[in-house]
Amino acid sequence: MAYEFTKEDLKEIEKIKAKFPEVMPATLPVLWVAQKRFGHVEPEVQKLVAKTLDLPEAHVHGVATFYTQYYKEEKGKFVLDVCTCLSCQLCGGYDILHYLEKKLGIKTGNTTEDGMFTLNQVECLGACGYAPMLQVTNDKYVNHLTPEKVDKLLDDLKEGKEPEYEKIGMPRRKNI
Amino acid sequence: MSTADWKNYEPVIIPDIKDLDKIDVYVKNGGYKALESILKDKKKWADPKSVINEVKEANIRGRGGAGFNAGLKWSFMPPADGGPRYLACNGDESEPGTFKDRKIFEYNPHIFIEGALIAAYAMEITTIYVYIRGEYKAYIDMMEKAIADAYEKGYIGKNILGSGYSVDFYVTYGAGAYICGEETSMLESLEGKRGYPRVKPPFPAQKGLWGRPTTINNIETLAHVPSVINRGAEWFKSVGAENHPGAFLYGISGHVKRPGVYELPSGVPVLELINDVAGGMRNGKKLKAVIPGGSSTPVLRADQLDEITMDSDSLRTVGSMVGTAGMVIMDEDTDMVDVLWRIAHFYHHESCGQCTPCREGTGWLEKILLKIKNGEGEVKDLDLLLDLTTQMEGRTICALADAAAWPVRYTINRFRDEFEARCKKKVHVIA
Ligand SMILES: Cc1cc2nc3c(=O)[nH]c(=O)nc-3n(C[C@H](O)[C@H](O)[C@H](O)COP(=O)(O)O)c2cc1C
Ligand code: SF4
Ligand code: FES
Repeated sequence: MAYEFTKEDLKEIEKIKAKFPEVMPATLPVLWVAQKRFGHVEPEVQKLVAKTLDLPEAHVHGVATFYTQYYKEEKGKFVLDVCTCLSCQLCGGYDILHYLEKKLGIKTGNTTEDGMFTLNQVECLGACGYAPMLQVTNDKYVNHLTPEKVDKLLDDLKEGKEPEYEKIGMPRRKNI
Repeated sequence: MSTADWKNYEPVIIPDIKDLDKIDVYVKNGGYKALESILKDKKKWADPKSVINEVKEANIRGRGGAGFNAGLKWSFMPPADGGPRYLACNGDESEPGTFKDRKIFEYNPHIFIEGALIAAYAMEITTIYVYIRGEYKAYIDMMEKAIADAYEKGYIGKNILGSGYSVDFYVTYGAGAYICGEETSMLESLEGKRGYPRVKPPFPAQKGLWGRPTTINNIETLAHVPSVINRGAEWFKSVGAENHPGAFLYGISGHVKRPGVYELPSGVPVLELINDVAGGMRNGKKLKAVIPGGSSTPVLRADQLDEITMDSDSLRTVGSMVGTAGMVIMDEDTDMVDVLWRIAHFYHHESCGQCTPCREGTGWLEKILLKIKNGEGEVKDLDLLLDLTTQMEGRTICALADAAAWPVRYTINRFRDEFEARCKKKVHVIA
């Protein structure tokens, strides 16, 4: 399939380039633009990014493969990144991961047959105080997970309802 | 204020003010006064150097983990030569146990922006980048908005507040890589490359972004700057511990009742933070261990914590560090072998692979710990692990190898019985 950026994408790319004195720094943000447009940055998309920025394909490929958030192949409609790192491990992150494996009938790292969900375990997402938690497709964090909350999340996602941003209030000083 | 009455401290960075993230609310509460003062009050601030001196005197020790005096770091910038100079603000926040800078992005982005602008003026910098980890999409959007608002009100851009000083301020972000929190790796990433840390020297103050003088500071470090300008270095030094002054954003996670981020003076006793601030241990369990400042800082046993306070001097006496003040609290049911294996897995996963001792060392640490975790280890494996840590430390381009080695060495030394017991047993009972 031939990938093309839309006019809006190209406009955004021009804005990105204006932030920097050179073109190369646009590599990461333009890979993000591409991933937003196509859902992944498989090699053909990397080629498009290289061509658009007039940078070597090898450079774009090197960058795309260094960073974990770029999808180098097609993923499920929703990617569930469950944190199992230090604080999440202590607070049941693995239980949530295993619950999801059972519920979705797949092993970590795989995608469900209907193409709806990809399940991953990831390193610390900077939400350690709200463990266990996961991130949905590089976007919203879902914190304080329980099996019930996971059930609800999956039901909502199947209906196309994406989670809202969870604002976590500041701990009140009068508690101290 | 001495450390003893820490309970009376009034938060400055994340105070309990509604909608403080909105620029009008921030300004109404005294925001951007410090910036205005250094730009316009020539009696008080004769030149940029005078700002650096005040910040140096305050001794804001870097909140990114290394604890270096911010003002002193600023003074390393070479004299301006008319070419571009950069401030790169480190919002990568990826050290396990650390989740504090996001509170600034969310609740008080302008105090950070104001701090960065003051820093830029002091070092005669022309362009500021803030680099935020890619996973923080929500906070990237919030920062974009806050910066656009500050441009609109004339706090950023050309001829700020009619002072003749101009600076640009851009949001950039990563795409998932812990190593990009290391300052020179962050510069590589900002330049659009793989995040391979650079060999130092040359230091970023000499050759940073695009070979030009660059200073790197953590988000929280910069957020402390406006209050130093408003209230003076003496005030800042009067808060908290003598050699590590000012407030910390303590991020408390793990087995406590009220995890969260708390702004309090440095030097609060560890046990009071756990019991009074974070509400004590969950489910009536007993405290077993504390990692005081992110996963790389050496773990402490509960029996080491009497009288220990959260500052570098006190923690040094028991062999640990403040790091990011991201405290991970573990109860009596915690399996230290599992915890250490998971930490080793993290560092192995995140090693960029440039240096052999780090690339291979972190891999071996993880592999041997997995073997022990699975009940297949031998006691001599523990000594092999300790030997490995000494082979990794201080032999690499960046400090990730050290960060991976410390937890292994100190967790084994401080919980040796638990590790030996696991070695002898053949069956691993999962808690
Ligand atoms: C492996 C590694 C990861 C780091 N990650 C971060 C980070 O996520 N955020 C941060 O502010 N500093 C991080 N640092 C420290 C930075 O290199 C640097 O010292 C710091 O940003 C300087 O700012 P400060 O002096 O204000 O603390 C890391 C260092 C290493 C070695
Ligand atoms: S120490 Fe590790 S992370 Fe740092 S540069 Fe070397 S290989 Fe990369
Ligand atoms: S350990 Fe899971 S968010 Fe930090």
